[in-house]
Amino acid sequence: MKAGKGRECSGKGRLGLGDRLGEALRKTVRGFGQMVPIMVGVILLVSLAAAALPEEFYSSLFTGNVLVDSLAGAVLGSIAAGNPVTSYLIGGELLARGISLVAITAFILAWVTVGVVTFPAESMIIGRRFAISRNVVSFFLSIAAAILVVFTLGVLG
Amino acid sequence: MKGKGIDDGKGMGGIKFLAAACLIYLAAGLANPGTAIEGLGIFWGIIISIIPAMVLVFGMMFLVNMFISPGKVARYMGEGSGLKGWLIAVGGGIISTGPVYLWYRILADMRKQGMKDSLIAAFIYSRAVKVPLLPLMVYYFGWLFTAVLTFYMVAFSIINGFIVGLIGGARHENSC
Repeated sequence: MKAGKGRECSGKGRLGLGDRLGEALRKTVRGFGQMVPIMVGVILLVSLAAAALPEEFYSSLFTGNVLVDSLAGAVLGSIAAGNPVTSYLIGGELLARGISLVAITAFILAWVTVGVVTFPAESMIIGRRFAISRNVVSFFLSIAAAILVVFTLGVLG
Repeated sequence: MKGKGIDDGKGMGGIKFLAAACLIYLAAGLANPGTAIEGLGIFWGIIISIIPAMVLVFGMMFLVNMFISPGKVARYMGEGSGLKGWLIAVGGGIISTGPVYLWYRILADMRKQGMKDSLIAAFIYSRAVKVPLLPLMVYYFGWLFTAVLTFYMVAFSIINGFIVGLIGGARHENSC
């Protein structure tokens, strides 16, 4: 990138260290300040979903059909939110109850790669088109990856 | 891919979203006060737990704004960044910590400085690999499942980024 263009973009071209520090701090505070309300909103919705959906709810959605279960797992993982450790705990419980591994794998993958609750934040901060395409692609890849994982495990024995 | 970020407006998008979330929460609270109260407990727990990560994010945002220039981002993770860009994006996603929404602001800043959408998508997807949680996954599902799933998560982060990049088409030359 040419110097002139870089200076136009970043304003860092010929600034002194003090000016650069001040500018970086100002940009950081502004960006951080814009992020905080979005984060608080997301956490509110995540908390509400966590309180409204008991773990028993998840196990009632799987039927035993591999295709339906993997789809259900991906859908459920997409709308659920929270720490990934929760998906492991739920997945472990579901596995103990006889739910298919492909469903649980799709559930875990969608949980950590697709974010319906966090979509508004991703859309507003990074961009709507990006957020839509990333989440849609991640949803279908969670199903594909789950099938591949179970297939690979079958091959490896 | 162009996307209208929150900075493009007057910075009110976040406030509106928070207001909408509060209204939804209020409506849920009126319908089921017990759930809302339980949710508030979870809410405060999350807020307290992410404070250290928030401090880290603020510091990282500052470092990004201080040291990362559009030229560097374009060179390492922009058009023509090649294999090194993918490795940095995927590796960065794996070692990144905290909730994903903490990273949106940083990634948006990096995007403005030339980071490709495909690498942003790969970064977010590769966050599925949670190194500190691998022992727990092994405990529940076994080491073979954990190893295979981790391998596919890394591989699919690249596939995900590639497809998102294709969908996005040609990226705009300069988003500053």
